[in-house]
Amino acid sequence: MKAFLNIVTRDLHLSLRQRSDIIMAVLFFILTATLFPFGLGPEPNLLARIAPGIIWVTALLSVLLSLERLFLADYEDGSLEQLVLSRASLESAVLAKVLAHWLTTGLPLMAAAPLIALLFNMDSDAFLILIIAMALGTPSLSLIGAIAATLTLGARRGGVLIPLLVLPLYIPTLIFGVGAIDAAMNSLEAGAVLANAKPQLFFLGAIFLVSLLIAPLAGAAALRQAME
Amino acid sequence: MSVFHRFANPNRFLKLTNTVLPWVSGLTAISLLAGLYMAFFTSPADYQQGESVRIMYVHVPAAWMAMFVYSSIAFASICALIWRHPLADLAAKASAPIGAGFTFLALATGALWGKPMWGAWWVWDARLTSVLILFFLYLGHMALMNAFEDQERGNRAAAVLAIVGFINVPIIKFSVDWWNTLHQPASVMRMDGPSIDPSMLWPLLVMGVAFKLFYLVVLLIRIKSELIEAKLRKYRRALVDNA
Repeated sequence: MKAFLNIVTRDLHLSLRQRSDIIMAVLFFILTATLFPFGLGPEPNLLARIAPGIIWVTALLSVLLSLERLFLADYEDGSLEQLVLSRASLESAVLAKVLAHWLTTGLPLMAAAPLIALLFNMDSDAFLILIIAMALGTPSLSLIGAIAATLTLGARRGGVLIPLLVLPLYIPTLIFGVGAIDAAMNSLEAGAVLANAKPQLFFLGAIFLVSLLIAPLAGAAALRQAME
Repeated sequence: MSVFHRFANPNRFLKLTNTVLPWVSGLTAISLLAGLYMAFFTSPADYQQGESVRIMYVHVPAAWMAMFVYSSIAFASICALIWRHPLADLAAKASAPIGAGFTFLALATGALWGKPMWGAWWVWDARLTSVLILFFLYLGHMALMNAFEDQERGNRAAAVLAIVGFINVPIIKFSVDWWNTLHQPASVMRMDGPSIDPSMLWPLLVMGVAFKLFYLVVLLIRIKSELIEAKLRKYRRALVDNA
């Protein structure tokens, strides 16, 4: 447990020293989202309808940007080797790295999402669902991404490989994340928003739990292979 | 398990392959010809779909194989990670392009059938989308396998990916039941027996057998060539060391 907290605080310290990484992810998120009104035209109804999809797709891409650095720096400077050699369990180390990654990318994205929803003229009743869906979905993105990040350590063209491995596995999160917000926007009464989006939110939760189980196991196995 | 370990020996496997391969190849040719003949001439045209129903005799077996080959890769990967069988790695490596080929065939024939029937080459329905994901998983598996200087490491990484990606296979199988989709639900592998007419079921089953045998033939040839290549590498290295 102590090792877990140590890794989290260390990673948080490192990324807070280099704030540009966090800012880059959020900036990328907002900038790519603002490209769509230029590409599709500023028609408010259209933008409101496609806002959930745009938010999720751009969030996915922003997470993707930061995945390569998740383990690569530690791999290159040798601290990953120390981690594998130490007695601390590798599974919890992977989980700690993922938690730090989520705190520095998933959480800022979640905070920036309502801003984009506002720019896209999205129905304000659905804002709550947007936040809940992002809170349930972005941890899965970090967890699944960690699998790909560990598997590609030491690979030629690792950065190009990660999207190929990770995007197919991201699709379920995207489908249910967008589905939850769509269901909320389509509900007629303001009180029924949560009830309408419930099935999709449950699916998002299920994806989170499954990836919470699989990612540490697969990530630790991949780390051991990378260090052999 | 002991049979399993027995044939994990590459030399014994090569010997077995050489005796089995001609027979399996012959059976593949016979069943493929018989299946194609039945599909084209003895099976009736559908009363709604007309002649284009015959696309099904290629499409459905290809889709079965797409899932079957991926499951085999996942199984081989588990064996490779647990028992470190070199042959299991080779089987996974040799299967991936074949499986990707079957998946592409299923998607392409589905598009050809969809244009006259649904009026669109492609619809974003749950079954189609999940098979497309399967195709991407195959591509990712192959890319990861070849991304390392050290082939051993590539095999291991790809094995972990194959096992994680296996989650997609049950999703494909049940997507037509879970979601209300355009793609028709299962009509052969059902709890209460097939609902498809025997005059169409038989050609389909024969084609299914032919596709499975075809996979076996190509798999054996590919594993064999990998083993021969490994042997050649060994001889070449010995030659260099002696010089």
